[in-house]
Amino acid sequence: MKQLSVEHLLGIKYLNKNDIDLIFETANHFKEVINRPIKKVPSLRDITIANLFFENSTRTKLSFELAEKRLSADVINFSASQSSVKKGETLIDTVNNILAMKVDIVIMRHPNVGAGVFLSKHVDAKIINAGDGTHEHPTQALLDSYSIKEKLGTIKGKKIVIVGDILHSRVALSNIFALKLQGAEVKVCGPTTLIPKYITSLGVEVETNIKKALEWCDVANVLRVQHERMDINYFPSTREYTQLFGINNEILDNLGKKITIMHPGPINRGVEITSDVADSDQSIILNQVENGVAVRMAVIYLLAQQIKR
Amino acid sequence: MSKKVLLNSKEIEIILHRLACQLIENHNDFSETVLIGLQPRGSFLAKRLAHILTNDYKIKNIHLGLLDITFYRDDFRRRDEPLEATNTQIDFLIENKNVVLIDDVLFSGRSVRAALTAIQSYGRPENVELLVLIDRRFSRHLPIQPTYKGRQVDAINEEKVIVHWKEIHSKDAIYIDNK
Repeated sequence: MKQLSVEHLLGIKYLNKNDIDLIFETANHFKEVINRPIKKVPSLRDITIANLFFENSTRTKLSFELAEKRLSADVINFSASQSSVKKGETLIDTVNNILAMKVDIVIMRHPNVGAGVFLSKHVDAKIINAGDGTHEHPTQALLDSYSIKEKLGTIKGKKIVIVGDILHSRVALSNIFALKLQGAEVKVCGPTTLIPKYITSLGVEVETNIKKALEWCDVANVLRVQHERMDINYFPSTREYTQLFGINNEILDNLGKKITIMHPGPINRGVEITSDVADSDQSIILNQVENGVAVRMAVIYLLAQQIKR
Repeated sequence: MSKKVLLNSKEIEIILHRLACQLIENHNDFSETVLIGLQPRGSFLAKRLAHILTNDYKIKNIHLGLLDITFYRDDFRRRDEPLEATNTQIDFLIENKNVVLIDDVLFSGRSVRAALTAIQSYGRPENVELLVLIDRRFSRHLPIQPTYKGRQVDAINEEKVIVHWKEIHSKDAIYIDNK
């Protein structure tokens, strides 16, 4: 059988198409497992995993933790707000202290770009990037692609538009890498201030008219407006953003086709997407959450397979 | 390398019918019984037996499931080659059922050990039996014995028992391969 070509999951840009196929195949098996009456397999019972979250997270952290527990791994949790990081400890020291407790896999979210890559060069453990600043969030992109594939059967040739704050979004960047790798056509849509200048060099097109973008696409992946990352005003007001880029039922009903709506969460209801759209049958937002556990189980399982004792 | 035929297709046919009859003897109308083939190789045998029971012995409502045990194996990360999972298809609960685990060759017993753990994810069975086509005596690592067996062989460890099914290899045959 095939193995992943990488030793860590630091970003989608380090993966190839075979890796993604392997992760999806494995995730199919785990999706069946998590729908059993007893949703647990003993594969990783001698593996210890540390979840290091230097930045707030609810669903990613829960999803990873559940995936680890479903695989029977031992889990320790760490969040920066309650730790010695506040006392001035460096990242390598923090992690090495945790590894001294015999941890095999580190799952890390960090506000700094490249934190995962940096760590992978300095510590002896498998690293899974759970989001590094505005850079990558590989497992989110994998579960997004997995959900699109589950809904539409394939990704190749499908038209996907990513709507919203592309500039600050690690979800957008990882999604672009993952979708292009699988042969999708990708457009980004949002206020010009929130679209990176050189984004077209990744092979995506820019569209600033939401109606045109939605008419073109099969799937719209709607991102959250990340107020916490905006140190200046990128658009005049939230109300104006909603009027220009918000997705509501009226726009969707006038498209003449049914597109699929995705959102990585957390949703600002009434800002980038209205409640009736988020809860409609076009939305696969909750499927994304369910698939997230299966995809993360697959990633952890495949990396753990490389650990030799 | 020499490969000798252990059972030809006619002999396999006779054995399959005998195994089917033994199952009927113990399980009557199969209303409380489920057949579980161990993926990947046991599934051919399980499907064939289910087919014989349904068509030749007119038993209705055979519950057939296929179980993948990859995630329950005890040699995860201890092999050079990574393990590849296959599908599990069990769309019923086995709570209080009589379960018949089906595999083609019983060797160390480790797959069956994994299957016994895996099957618990679908409920608590009333009892569990084991049916194998080939029982390799003297090679067990665990105290596991078959309830029904097609043929017992005394192959040494270096020898390999190879099962061919007509579904994938064009004809049924069982070989012993002496490398």
